[in-house]
Amino acid sequence: MQTLARMSQAPLATLFNVLVIGVALALPLGGYAVLSNLETLSRNLSTESQLSVFLARDSGKSEVAAVEAQLKAADGVLSVRFLSRDAALAGLKHTPGMTEVIATLRDNPLPDAFVVTLTANDGKLADRLERQFKSLSKVTHVQADSAWMRRMDTLLQLGRTTIALLGMLLSFALVAVTFNTIRLQILTQRDEIEVSRLIGATRAYICRPFFYFGSLLGLLGGAAGLAIVFSSMAVLNRDLAQLGILYDSDLRLHFPAPADATVILAFSAVLGWMGAYMSVSRHLREIERN
Amino acid sequence: MVSFSAVAKRYPGGKAALHDVSFGLEAGELAFITGRSGAGKSTLLKLIPAIERPSSGSVIVNGQNVGALRRAAIPYLRRNIGLVFQDQKLLYDRSVYDNVMLPLAFSGHAPGEAARRARAALDKVGLLNREKANPVTLSGGEQQRLCIARAVVNRPGILLADEPTANLDAAYADEILEMFNSFNQVGVTVLVATHDRQLIGKWQRRALTLDHGRFI
Repeated sequence: MQTLARMSQAPLATLFNVLVIGVALALPLGGYAVLSNLETLSRNLSTESQLSVFLARDSGKSEVAAVEAQLKAADGVLSVRFLSRDAALAGLKHTPGMTEVIATLRDNPLPDAFVVTLTANDGKLADRLERQFKSLSKVTHVQADSAWMRRMDTLLQLGRTTIALLGMLLSFALVAVTFNTIRLQILTQRDEIEVSRLIGATRAYICRPFFYFGSLLGLLGGAAGLAIVFSSMAVLNRDLAQLGILYDSDLRLHFPAPADATVILAFSAVLGWMGAYMSVSRHLREIERN
Repeated sequence: MVSFSAVAKRYPGGKAALHDVSFGLEAGELAFITGRSGAGKSTLLKLIPAIERPSSGSVIVNGQNVGALRRAAIPYLRRNIGLVFQDQKLLYDRSVYDNVMLPLAFSGHAPGEAARRARAALDKVGLLNREKANPVTLSGGEQQRLCIARAVVNRPGILLADEPTANLDAAYADEILEMFNSFNQVGVTVLVATHDRQLIGKWQRRALTLDHGRFI
């Protein structure tokens, strides 16, 4: 109660403190939210891991059949789809902008190809099959479609590390903000603290309101951070929905789960308490020494 | 109630404030400590509520060796000792009434009981009609009376006053001493440090004289 009264005594200062913490927390929180959305997206895309196997242009029908049989017989292959060079060219002709280019060609430059779907999305399996298929006769090139997925995974890992570092750094900022706020409070209440100690207040009695204040400041800061992230995502989702209509898909960012939000609030309250604890131990000792 | 035996106090830096001081204060006694400025009166008073610790010797208050008290136990010792400061140490960011409420806030009284005690203490020092005022608006004598009200609101067994009349004229000083006398009559042990020998002369009580940290 006393803590709330103290906060309302300086509403503007409290508001700005909460905002500073909120903005500091919103950066890693927002990054984390976007990253987990990308992860979900990449997991959905990579459920089908495929290899494209291109054949030499002079392959005969029997050679194509032999390659197909070998592909089907390989371990870890779910299905094999044949894409003839004529079908590939026909497909290309329907691609806007390519029609004119293709009309100038005298003969079909495309090779026959197989699209091999693997049983599992596994980098090692893809690597092994890629090497195996390359050694087959009449196979000129094997393209692993999962390669970009692995690059994406590595990038996501980089993003995760960056956000973790950013989060750690800005957690320090939260501790520093509460440390300083509590320091100012202790200075302005120096007389009261001194007199209270002289007439029999326990240390715990003096410290308690500062701990409450620090925790509450952290909690409100965390809430402000979440509010910033939620409202930014809501705004982004409106634009993404427009984009989704153009691409005929349901594009939107998913909000952090309630459990995650609770953890974040608890964490920021604990950080606020830590800042208060450090500040009180340090500055109270200074007062008591005099 | 209070007993000093062979107490010495040296401050860091080497200055010795008290040498080999021994005396006892009976429960229900009113006594004076006198001596010139710098004779060690304030230091002697500070040893009783453990604001300072003795360098050697023992200070016993209510059967407790104050010098050996754990830090965490000191607040509970202080709650039984009323302190009247020369500079009052009032809080000017709150009313007269809230100043008196301060010691009750952490001694765990029910709100109704605390308010009743605060008003009783203010009534005893004649400030009940000023309870909403800010201490800044009080005269020097009134501020000292407010400090006394705050010291006695917890009904301590011991009341210590360090130069309570230093900045007051003779009439106010008498008034303050009269108050200490009335607390003493209801059983409070009172120890007053003062350099004012005239005041002591009026009151025919035990007076201990300090000179350069020794009793003479």
